[in-house]
Amino acid sequence: MESQVELSKIEQSAIRRKKIQNFFVYLLLTFWALMVLFPFYWMVLSSLKSYSAYSSEYVPKFYTLAPTIQNYIDVFTTVSLGRYLLNTLIFTLITTGVMLIVTILAAYAFARIEFLGRDFMFMIFLALMMIPNELVIITNFVTITTLGMRNTFTGLILPSITSVFYIYLLRENFAQVPDELYYAAKVDGTSDLKYLFRVMVPICKPTIITITILKVIECWNSYVWPRLITDNSLYFLVSNGIQEIRENGLGRENIPAMMAAVVVISIPLVVLFLLFHKKIMEGVSRGGTKG
Amino acid sequence: MKVVLEHLTKRFPSRNRKEKEDVIAVNDFHFEIPDGQLVALLGPSGCGKSTTLNLICGLQKPSDGKIFFGETDVTNLPPESRGVGLVFQNYALYPHLTVEQNIMFPLGNLKGKDKLSKEEMKAKALEAAKVVQIDQLMERKPSELSGGQQQRVAIARALVKRPRVLLLDEPLSNLDARLRLQTREEIRRIQRETLITTVFVTHDQDEAMSISDMIVVMEAGVVQQIGKPQSVYDDPVNLFVAKFLGTPAINVFDGTVKNEKLIIGDDTVLDTPGVPDQDVSVGIRPEGFWVDDNGAFKCDVQAVEVMGRDVSIVSTHAGSQSEKIRSIISTEFKMNHDLKQVRFTLKPGKVHIFNKTTGERIRF
Repeated sequence: MESQVELSKIEQSAIRRKKIQNFFVYLLLTFWALMVLFPFYWMVLSSLKSYSAYSSEYVPKFYTLAPTIQNYIDVFTTVSLGRYLLNTLIFTLITTGVMLIVTILAAYAFARIEFLGRDFMFMIFLALMMIPNELVIITNFVTITTLGMRNTFTGLILPSITSVFYIYLLRENFAQVPDELYYAAKVDGTSDLKYLFRVMVPICKPTIITITILKVIECWNSYVWPRLITDNSLYFLVSNGIQEIRENGLGRENIPAMMAAVVVISIPLVVLFLLFHKKIMEGVSRGGTKG
Repeated sequence: MKVVLEHLTKRFPSRNRKEKEDVIAVNDFHFEIPDGQLVALLGPSGCGKSTTLNLICGLQKPSDGKIFFGETDVTNLPPESRGVGLVFQNYALYPHLTVEQNIMFPLGNLKGKDKLSKEEMKAKALEAAKVVQIDQLMERKPSELSGGQQQRVAIARALVKRPRVLLLDEPLSNLDARLRLQTREEIRRIQRETLITTVFVTHDQDEAMSISDMIVVMEAGVVQQIGKPQSVYDDPVNLFVAKFLGTPAINVFDGTVKNEKLIIGDDTVLDTPGVPDQDVSVGIRPEGFWVDDNGAFKCDVQAVEVMGRDVSIVSTHAGSQSEKIRSIISTEFKMNHDLKQVRFTLKPGKVHIFNKTTGERIRF
């Protein structure tokens, strides 16, 4: 019986230790979560303050007693944020769609089709990843300007429809599909295109979804290229819109209006993330450091 | 549909830069597979048997020679126009499709007047599934099936188009021993039912011997012997074939023929009428031994293994090329298990002698 008592003692102390451990873990996590969420809170808070209230606060307050949605009305009236949202949507959908087609076909060619110099070409292709984006932007700018594509959707979209990294990612995934599947399909008379879309793409769906989501985020957030290539507000994307609002302030930057715009712009991405967060996490771990 | 392979040769360019010579995977394969038969291509790995299969199905083009299905020359036809069904060692099922969709996949490629409606495709898929007895599993995904069931799905997928020739590449290698026995009988049954000319590749001689009408033994791209399993076993043309067929393997000795008598070590074991004097390799099947107190062949006993059905004597002899000699003796013979030495007489039909250098059979 004595041993029974001892055992229950050990059990209880183990439970107690576990509880204390959990307490500290949760404390740390809560602290961390607050740190991460604070900027978002600050963004929403600022967007609810009126311009005058915001400007009069010498030391910004952590709360507001007079929330207003005037800023939200302003961003849609003083600048045409609706138009920019539509532009961004068109830009994102077309870029992602075309990019997917290009990426799938290129990855398939590099993974499956045999042609002279394939591996050499792929190597050169991979070497492109080493060139920093900023360098490419200059040459792209010259090219697009020379082609007279400034202030057009074509000019906006064209440089973003290929991505060496995504092609590489998908090629690696395609290459993991056993060769026998291809031979089996060939014996049954399946064309390469049908094999690609009926077999390869469904098998590699997780990677393709990942690429799609990452590309959508990339497009939605793109700033430098649209800023360079458009000076006509008809073709502004949301990121340019924010810049425009900033410059609209009366002598000082209109931060609350900017924050309201940022909230509006972030909502689609937040929704997208909530819907696909599992896939995104999968994709990030798959993609390693990039993405 | 008979399949004729006419002087088939396949060369691959050498990857080794120092040796420019091509690798010959299949060398002058000449054989007619009779209609409706089950033929095994048998050989150690790298002997060119899978290449031969790929040539027949059209995934690879021969460097020389021709292939006929019936009277039609299919040498330059792409795989899909040949009417072949192919089953891979790892089954190659489409992991994202159900069993039914997998079986229906080849039908979806039919074009023009052969195009089938969805209902017809489903009916055909069900028919093929019934032949291999997986019609209960149509809604499952391949990952939810056992190895044996996956194998059946692969066979059903190959059968659904009613191929003229069915090709199986190592169909049993991925199965466990018990399932292998079961599935090989199953393959035999399916082949008998459908009467489709079938070629299958294996490195397992048991598999080949047990179910095929004909076996083709290959080594290093060269066909060694073609024939019915029993006749190839009983009458091997060379030492390689003799060694490759049979479990336990044939016992090989160094011997000499002198005055039309075969001598192994110091023992004069057999009369070999008509064989000129020379050094030879001698192959004796495990079942070729009689225990006989007056026998001429003296071996030192290492162990006696009781198998129930028969007894296997493991012994040594100075003339043996391998460490141990294995002989299988009927249990009707009451063995003294403490024996140190055993004397055998040899059954003439179970002893083959081969040229010492070429390995060719010397008949007597």
